[in-house]
Amino acid sequence: MDFIVYISNFMIPLIIFYIVAIGISNKVPVYDEFVKGAKDGLKTVVGILPTLVGLMVAVGVLRASGFLDFLASLLSRPAGVLGLPAPLVPVTIVRMFSSSAATGLVLDIFKQYGTDSYIGMVASIMMSCTETIFYTMSVYFMTVKVKKTRYTLAGALVATISGIIASVILARFL
Amino acid sequence: MLNYLWAAMLLLGIVWGAINGNMEAVTNEALDSAKEAVTLCITMLGVMSLWTGLMQVAQAGGIIESLTKKLNPFISFMFPEIPKKHLAREAIATNFIANFLGLGWAATPAGLQAMEQLDTLNTNKGVASNAMCTFLILNISSLQLIPVNIIAYRSQYGSANPTLIVGPAIIATLISTAIGIIFAKIMSKQTYKYKG
Repeated sequence: MDFIVYISNFMIPLIIFYIVAIGISNKVPVYDEFVKGAKDGLKTVVGILPTLVGLMVAVGVLRASGFLDFLASLLSRPAGVLGLPAPLVPVTIVRMFSSSAATGLVLDIFKQYGTDSYIGMVASIMMSCTETIFYTMSVYFMTVKVKKTRYTLAGALVATISGIIASVILARFL
Repeated sequence: MLNYLWAAMLLLGIVWGAINGNMEAVTNEALDSAKEAVTLCITMLGVMSLWTGLMQVAQAGGIIESLTKKLNPFISFMFPEIPKKHLAREAIATNFIANFLGLGWAATPAGLQAMEQLDTLNTNKGVASNAMCTFLILNISSLQLIPVNIIAYRSQYGSANPTLIVGPAIIATLISTAIGIIFAKIMSKQTYKYKG
């Protein structure tokens, strides 16, 4: 644990050090280049702001209406067939929409069932091997104004579901 | 597709909220979420421009080029339609590297650049190309090797062994990514037949 925290504390400063050191040694005008690149970053963020507002409002409305809870209770029986414990169903669904909301639910699970319980383990592994499908898809596709996403959603769901099944199985060995 | 999804989320949420008497919560949440999106963007402005600035320096220093070379065999396998030395390769390589390292905030700008580059190769604008589908499926299948955030939360909530999940998390990530790759490969072969 200490080692990994140590490494992850070092990772970002080391990356910055490496990039700047290599740049200077290759006689790159590092500061000029940095400013040029930073300007692109600003443009990117400003560009995704409207998408983000639209998406977060839609997810917020859906969550506040109580629909996500209803969906979770509806899906708890088929989820049981996969071996997914019922308390994890809302996390699985919310995970597809919002990473931070899913993190909030996972922390609730840690509090209620313990980090090292079976449910806590499945939640930990599942969060590590999945991504927010709808957020990623809408932000990425809206940047290039793609409306027909073809088999992307199907592929994303297949990958996510296999990750969830793998988490449920792998947690049994711990 | 996204138009319908977005409309469905909003309409369903409003109708559901009305039936269940949650209209006040829905109203507050709609306004709060819009505010939260702006707050998030303001936080992201700093981090994003720091990262894209550093990436510009890395590119000028030749680091990205050498990393892209190392990832090239994999990129060629996944995206056979991208010409050699196309800028899309660099953006894809940067996005993958940031994902491996778990730098989610850094993966997004590179990912968006990759999409823009892939769009220059797209002959049918407005419709996702095979490369775009594959790229998105790979990103969503999660490429992160060490789940730093989850480890931190686990130790914060009193786990006896917070890193116990690292091994299983890597295996689960490999499984979901492998299945995503197989799916993307099968689908891109199939659609080739129709497009000719």
